[in-house]
Amino acid sequence: MNDDTIAAISTPLGEGGIGIVRLSGRDAVSIVEKLFSSPKNKKLSESESHKLIHGFIKNPSTNTTIDEVLVTVMKAPKTYTKEDVVEINCHGGILPLREVLELVLRSGARPAEPGEFTKRAFLNGRIDLSQAEAVIDLIRAKTDESRRVAVEQLSGGLSEKITSLRDRIASICAHIEAYIDFPEEEIEPASLESILNEIQDIKNGLSILSNSFEEGRFFREGFKIAIVGRPNVGKSSLLNALLNRDRAIVTETPGTTRDLLEEYLNVKGLPVRIMDTAGIRETHEMAEREGVMRSLKAIDDADLIIGIIDGTTPLNNEDMVVLEKIKDKKNIIAINKSDLPPHPSLPLKGGGSGWGFENCLKQYSQNVLMISAKTGEGLDTLKDKILDVSLIKSQKLVGATLSEDSYREVRSPFDESEGVIVTNIRHKVAIDNGITALNNVSAALRSLLPLEIVAMEMRDALDRLGEIVGSVTTEDILNRIFSEFCIGK
Amino acid sequence: MIRDSQYDVIVIGAGHAGCEAALTAARMGMATCMFTMNLDTIAQMSCNPAIGGLAKGHLVREIDALGGEMAKNTDRAGIQFRMLNRSKGPAVWSLRAQADRVLYRLSMRKALESQKNLSIKQALIEKIIVEDGEVMGVSTSLGIFYGARAVIVTTGTFLKGLIHIGLDNYPSGRAGEFPSVGLSDSLRELGLKMGRLKTGTPPRLDAHTIDFSKTAPQYGDEPPLPFSYSTERITNPQLPCYITYTNSETHRIIRENLDRSPLYSGRIKSIGPRYCPSVEDKVVRFSERERHQVFLEPEGLDTKEYYANGISTSLPYDVQVRLVRSIPGLEEAEIMRPAYAIEYDFVYPTQVKHSLETKGVKGLFLAGQINGTSGYEEAAAQGLMAGINAALKIKGEAPLVLGRHEAYTGVLIDDLVTKGTNEPYRMFTSRAEYRLLLRHDNADSRLMEKGYRIGLLDESSYKRFCEKKKLMGRESSRLKSTRLKPSVINGALVALNTAPIKEDAALEQLLKRPEVGYDFIKRFSPPEKPLSEDVCREIEIQIKYNGYILRQIETAEKLKRMDEKRIPEGIDYSSISGLSKEIVLKLEEVRPANIGQASRVPGVTPAAISLLLVAIEKGRRAVKS
Repeated sequence: MNDDTIAAISTPLGEGGIGIVRLSGRDAVSIVEKLFSSPKNKKLSESESHKLIHGFIKNPSTNTTIDEVLVTVMKAPKTYTKEDVVEINCHGGILPLREVLELVLRSGARPAEPGEFTKRAFLNGRIDLSQAEAVIDLIRAKTDESRRVAVEQLSGGLSEKITSLRDRIASICAHIEAYIDFPEEEIEPASLESILNEIQDIKNGLSILSNSFEEGRFFREGFKIAIVGRPNVGKSSLLNALLNRDRAIVTETPGTTRDLLEEYLNVKGLPVRIMDTAGIRETHEMAEREGVMRSLKAIDDADLIIGIIDGTTPLNNEDMVVLEKIKDKKNIIAINKSDLPPHPSLPLKGGGSGWGFENCLKQYSQNVLMISAKTGEGLDTLKDKILDVSLIKSQKLVGATLSEDSYREVRSPFDESEGVIVTNIRHKVAIDNGITALNNVSAALRSLLPLEIVAMEMRDALDRLGEIVGSVTTEDILNRIFSEFCIGK
Repeated sequence: MIRDSQYDVIVIGAGHAGCEAALTAARMGMATCMFTMNLDTIAQMSCNPAIGGLAKGHLVREIDALGGEMAKNTDRAGIQFRMLNRSKGPAVWSLRAQADRVLYRLSMRKALESQKNLSIKQALIEKIIVEDGEVMGVSTSLGIFYGARAVIVTTGTFLKGLIHIGLDNYPSGRAGEFPSVGLSDSLRELGLKMGRLKTGTPPRLDAHTIDFSKTAPQYGDEPPLPFSYSTERITNPQLPCYITYTNSETHRIIRENLDRSPLYSGRIKSIGPRYCPSVEDKVVRFSERERHQVFLEPEGLDTKEYYANGISTSLPYDVQVRLVRSIPGLEEAEIMRPAYAIEYDFVYPTQVKHSLETKGVKGLFLAGQINGTSGYEEAAAQGLMAGINAALKIKGEAPLVLGRHEAYTGVLIDDLVTKGTNEPYRMFTSRAEYRLLLRHDNADSRLMEKGYRIGLLDESSYKRFCEKKKLMGRESSRLKSTRLKPSVINGALVALNTAPIKEDAALEQLLKRPEVGYDFIKRFSPPEKPLSEDVCREIEIQIKYNGYILRQIETAEKLKRMDEKRIPEGIDYSSISGLSKEIVLKLEEVRPANIGQASRVPGVTPAAISLLLVAIEKGRRAVKS
């Protein structure tokens, strides 16, 4: 168990845009090598230990770039676990981070057990005896934690779904095993056609679940909202206000937020993922320019954009750049700093129309409102607006979390999977591995390979799904055989 | 108490486990004595007159490869040989033989009597003598003491055996024989936890009264393939079996008399084998079935007794007569021996180690049905391993433990000592995770080296094996290096319905195709000297399924590494923080020898294994400092 290569996201989720996927084990380097490409064509296996290498993680099957990364290869034994360790520093936020993890899991690593890095560190003599109790506590705590999480994630019918698919596989398995082990009994061999059809059907069921992982992104990742605006209009303050805490660094200095910051919050039942972006402006400073680039990308990725305008200053060119960028997207424009005296061009509260400002903004958005990130004024209206807009945008996506009324109007996209969504990457990988194993079963059946090889692939599929809902033991298979077939001379 | 001789190894019981255990210990140089209650029933086949079948045939081949007797004896006594599952893959081919019951007994007795270092005595062993947790010897019902450094108990169904026929029952070890009562109590006094199991056997019929014309004959293979690697050919005349069926009348008779069945009246509470149900069980549980097979198997060449396989029952004699006579061909059949069910004591097998030595008493080994198994082959395989490990222990050597990836014998023993059993345990190929590695054909490659190394496998068998290995190696490299031209082979390939080749192809490549067999290759490019059929087959299998075989080897390697992580013998599970009470109880019961075994104990989670690993490492470092 200590020879295989394990992987996990080793930074807490939701803590900023940077995250690390860490691998440990004998294949750590070769696994990442398959996914990594460096502009200078550097090979990870040949690179110096404990040095950062810049490059990209690509999905080898689609050849798309997932994230720009810094990779550190740390050769055993001078590592945390005394095994080969590779750390992939991702910058693109939570989504690419998870995709990178998913890729390494598909490429031969397995998800780390709770506390497993530390356990290995201890077993390999990296941590001294006095800390043994701490290691045990960690394993226990993490196990309890992951059990809790697993129970949560398995609720809502996923467990039942997978169990029923797994049991259908077990049933075919029992038939094949009975046919192999009891040649002198009158057991009818199942027709090739019927087994293939059944397997196809099971695979379809698994595929629907696997796909729900993508579709369920809204639930998992939240409805994606980007907060954009020129520097220092109060983007980070708005984020903090929505979160009720000091999360982003708020300073008077323009250009403070150079990376994307992400937060999760619940807007009246809608899970929302808000990205605070660097202010958009022309800049020559390297790091800041990078931040601006990311902000522009965030606009592309977002499901909804909140553009912020400083109500105390006239619109300037930088505002116009932002407005141009967001006008074709689903958006809300929030005029901030309603606690301060407004700029004369702004229409006053309670009626009266000023000239250009409001009309001007109306060209860019249906939804213009005033807020004060500082006092909280207008935030409730903003939340309502977010809900309204998101409903239109993602009508088919969010049904389940909304109130009864809206649920009735909204058709769930999960009709196919009957509302069951896979949210855990571990589950997703296990399901996908199960599908692969079933593909092998079909291939073996089609090429008329011996039944014991078919059975071997079937067991593999059972084991993969067993990682989610508990394994099917030989004893279970035998129980099925003896209850379904009359065995025994 | 009167003292008689002192031995190295004493074997109690002369069934299939006992015979292998005694022969093995003696062959490994131990002064051995085998005790039986009746010298005339040595190696008695108490149930059906057949050896082998799926997974069981594999066990017999393994016994042979290690240097045991069962395969050779079956070849000497066999009157029908069939390779089962020929239409399926090579890993699940398995040989099955009908044996002449008398020949089997006599031939085994001859082997035992001609074995150096082995005494055979008729006596009823009543007590195991133990001092300071170590076995000293045994004492008989006549109060005679025999000393031994190791005692192997192979008592089959004899411990407090109770036979049921209908609602009548009486103490008996086997039809017509006494039970063993004192020994059961003696084992219990040694602290072994014991339970009760049940098994049954069908009636034997008189062939003079069977109308075989109403049945379908089933013949063996021609020529019959032997079990043993050392048997050149089968010399006995071969006999067919006959198949007939029960019918609705049979089922009606059974149903109407269920209240007279000890199974259904609740008189028998112990658990019987699910794979060997009584006919009343089959009729009740699968009521939709219109008929069930009945195999009429000859008990021998010189007897008219036939074994009615398929109608094992515990119904009373008069019902047995009626149900038998409702079956086509058996309308006038006379029952020579009635069917019966038997209950007997067994020892919960989690109390023995992989070596089959009990955890509580040093030098005390258990093998066969006493460990909760059923079947001659399962018993013999354990007898062999107990004999080996008793001898190794006396020699001061490490026990021989076969891995799950090495032998069905390994799977059998690992299952017993790790998972325990509540019903008579039988081997199935589906119990083996590495079925492609554990084939009937390659038992020699898997085990002969080991059998020879411990001094059990004889010199000539080992030489033959080495010769075969050399031939196989040579032929494998020839298949790799020899290439055929398209012009030579394409016509034949197309005729086989497989794609022609565009350029020269190695024989090995061609052999990988599902349609192409070794015989086909041989036609175009024969080896220098013709090879025996089993060599050809083994090579063909290795090449054809190489990818799958490698995959299993890879997972087996992982398992092996876990099995190599030993758990200290005295570890205190209750002191490991974080382990749940249930897991502590489970681990205390099984006391696994290594991490691999611990992870196979039912209910033990990966997190528990992590905690265990940390605790062991902690202990190791504490000792070091």
